[in-house]
Amino acid sequence: MTFEFLQNYWWILIALLGGLLVALMFVQGANVQLLNNRLDDTQKRMVLNATGRKWELTFTTLVTFGGAFFASFPLFYSTSFGGAYWVWMLLLVTFVFQAVSYEFYAKKGNLLGMKSFRIALKANGILAPFLVGTAVGTFFTGSGFTVDKAAIANPSSPIISTWASPWHGLEALGQWHAVLLGLTLVFLAVILGALYVLHVVDEHAVRKEMRRTLQIAVIPFLLLFAAWFIVLMLRDGYTVDSDGTVSMESYKYLQNLLEQPVVMAMFAAGVLLLLTGLYLGIFTKRRRGFWFAAPGAILVVMGVFFLAGFHDTPYYPSNIDLQSSLTIRNSSSSYFTLLVMFWVSMLIPFVVAYIAYAWRAMDKWKITRHEIEKTENKY
Amino acid sequence: METVFWSRLQFAMTAAYHWLFVPLTLGLALIMAIMETLYVVKGDDFWKKTAKFWMKVFAINFAVGIATGLILEFEFGTNWSNYSWFVGDMFGAPLAIEGILAFFMEATFFAVMFFGWHKVSKRFHLASTWLTGIGATISAYWILVANGWMQNPVGTTFNPDTVRSEMASAQAFWEVVTNPVAVSKFFHSVTSGWVTGGVFVVAVSGWYLLKKRETEFARKSMLVGAVVGLVGSAAVMLSGDSSGVHAAEFQPMKLAAAEGLEDGGPRAAFTIVPGIKIPGMLSILATHDIDGFVPGINDILNGYVDKDGNTIPSVAEKMERGRQALDALTVYREFRESNPDSAAVAKAILDENVQYMGYGHLEKPEDVIPPVGIVFWAFRGMIGLGMLMALLLLLAFIFAWKDRLENKKWFFIAALVCIPLVYICGQCGWIVAEVGRQPWTIQGLLPVNVAISSLSAGAVKTTFFLFLAIFALFLAIEIRILVRAIGKGPQITED
Repeated sequence: MTFEFLQNYWWILIALLGGLLVALMFVQGANVQLLNNRLDDTQKRMVLNATGRKWELTFTTLVTFGGAFFASFPLFYSTSFGGAYWVWMLLLVTFVFQAVSYEFYAKKGNLLGMKSFRIALKANGILAPFLVGTAVGTFFTGSGFTVDKAAIANPSSPIISTWASPWHGLEALGQWHAVLLGLTLVFLAVILGALYVLHVVDEHAVRKEMRRTLQIAVIPFLLLFAAWFIVLMLRDGYTVDSDGTVSMESYKYLQNLLEQPVVMAMFAAGVLLLLTGLYLGIFTKRRRGFWFAAPGAILVVMGVFFLAGFHDTPYYPSNIDLQSSLTIRNSSSSYFTLLVMFWVSMLIPFVVAYIAYAWRAMDKWKITRHEIEKTENKY
Repeated sequence: METVFWSRLQFAMTAAYHWLFVPLTLGLALIMAIMETLYVVKGDDFWKKTAKFWMKVFAINFAVGIATGLILEFEFGTNWSNYSWFVGDMFGAPLAIEGILAFFMEATFFAVMFFGWHKVSKRFHLASTWLTGIGATISAYWILVANGWMQNPVGTTFNPDTVRSEMASAQAFWEVVTNPVAVSKFFHSVTSGWVTGGVFVVAVSGWYLLKKRETEFARKSMLVGAVVGLVGSAAVMLSGDSSGVHAAEFQPMKLAAAEGLEDGGPRAAFTIVPGIKIPGMLSILATHDIDGFVPGINDILNGYVDKDGNTIPSVAEKMERGRQALDALTVYREFRESNPDSAAVAKAILDENVQYMGYGHLEKPEDVIPPVGIVFWAFRGMIGLGMLMALLLLLAFIFAWKDRLENKKWFFIAALVCIPLVYICGQCGWIVAEVGRQPWTIQGLLPVNVAISSLSAGAVKTTFFLFLAIFALFLAIEIRILVRAIGKGPQITED
């Protein structure tokens, strides 16, 4: 196995984990339904219990996504996390509140009252996909940082990665192209959430409301995604030559798409699956749209990561010092670390298999009003 | 330096807070799995209700542990940027493996355990309960592999081209995974979790007996808790012994600080409290030989000959050689493309001194001394309270086994007092481990002052106080909810 193969392999796994994270953000998207006043309180609890059985998978995927990025591309971890400090901290805080909200919100003695924890879940529902989407958006717009590995030998300023903006990541909110992707993800999460609730909750009124949500969310989602994608195809991009020099190139990402047929096929298949899921949810009585839309989301997100990182492209470009940009080659772990983790990753199918088994066993039983009103062990 | 201080404080607070929740998770996981096994084996509904009650307690405690784990993972990147690059190649892998192998297992089977009572078969449910605990334990293993590597960085070489410590070979990973420090830390930490779980269950059960409620439930829970806690106590003592030997071997300054030992030597005495010493005992504990040489703080500062006859240079000399290594690194990187000959000379100097490169970042030799008072008293707190917990668990076992729980009000009150004490005991242990290795993030390789991110002290202060507020709030809520859940009780009407 060559070093390049392992670097590519790990970029594919990062892309897969990113795709899984976005698909599993149906939890966040469904929790946005807590804002929906057409649902009564029991119906909102049905939604909460639908996501309450899955939130830990989303959370764990976030942790693993972070851990895998740290392990395989540590220079990204050190540069982006240490630099875009406030973005990551904000994301962290919303997830921390989400993690405790399920367990705390309905319990007596929770100090803040039920309402506050529901606000936390709603905030996480909107902010988490928005922040993750915007952060991934900067893979194309670039961020203002410098990397100087020799700095560590300099006693007066030994920090390798430095961030130019005093806003430490919040300045990305001024990058409208990145923000477009953040907003796209919010609507995608809402769509996936509605499709999931449609799938697992057995209550006519809730299903009807989910279909209505799909009808409302589909237009902004498609418009935002199309706008982001078209701008991406037209914009100048970052490219890296064989000796590692980074420069700007017109229509770089359009070229990446056209010259990587696999990525084009992934985008096409992903979008088709997403549209199929939406069609089933909006125009038919069938409840399995989630199982089309979620794999569709995974494929599209993987395609986005492939556009960002493959085909001689720096996936985390610096817009103030091009040569500081991070590529799959210059930011990865060493050969042996990637090799060891390659072998460990062979266990992933086993992990997926037991998750699928447990998921099926649990989701065989749909969530009903009776369960929420009459039984214990619920959120 | 202010950023270093606040970054350390923030990480210390997060780690300490995380460790308030993890030990109970580890201990209760085992206890409730044993109870559910009894239910499945005996078919007695009593054990089902008993297990379900402790699962409810487990669930309340579980969420905050997960949440704070994510904060720790993020903080490596957000606040320790240089660290993340410098050792990400070594340190990231265990974190990623922890996610893949352990977290998914915990998350998946926790949901089955909590919601699956009427959805999956009895045996699948039992397997899920065990797998939740096994997942938590595997998770502990990998994070302690990462922590153990920080204490004893094995299997790594410095690469001047990438400016980081890298995995030396595929076999080196095996060295990292079987690092003796990691292995004994794993057993020490996990089994201390069993002690925490045991003491918690004994104390809560004692409270029911004090109130003359749920007596059968309380007696049997106390028995299971005491057995798990006692096994944990024995294992903690054994692994504590090997931890001491490892500290002597790999982190002699930590041991010297924990003992307040200024000048060491052979037949070194163990200080119980200032003024009361056992002659020769420290040498026995640290080297398993009464004549074994144990260096004191001054020996380490000034240089000494260790128990195997190796000459250990003074800190000043290590600093000098570390600076030579850093200078050589700068020269090497400057000339590696333009002037290969000069680069080769610099590389030779670097290779000769690289093992002390971390010392090149220190300002003065005394920087290698951790805060002795804190480490010294934390060490005594850990051992003293640990022995007290073992005694409590032994008494609980005898009383519950012999069914002599009548009129033991004093014991039930003592057990309740032990709830905060067992947490203080665990915190003391981590203070010894982590404060004791200051100033190093990676022992000998990277001190805290060059491991941080390029952030203002104000930014880190802001997040510190934000987390402080969140943690205080969550702790208050958790305790209130726990107290209410315990007050409500398992509602088993066998009395």
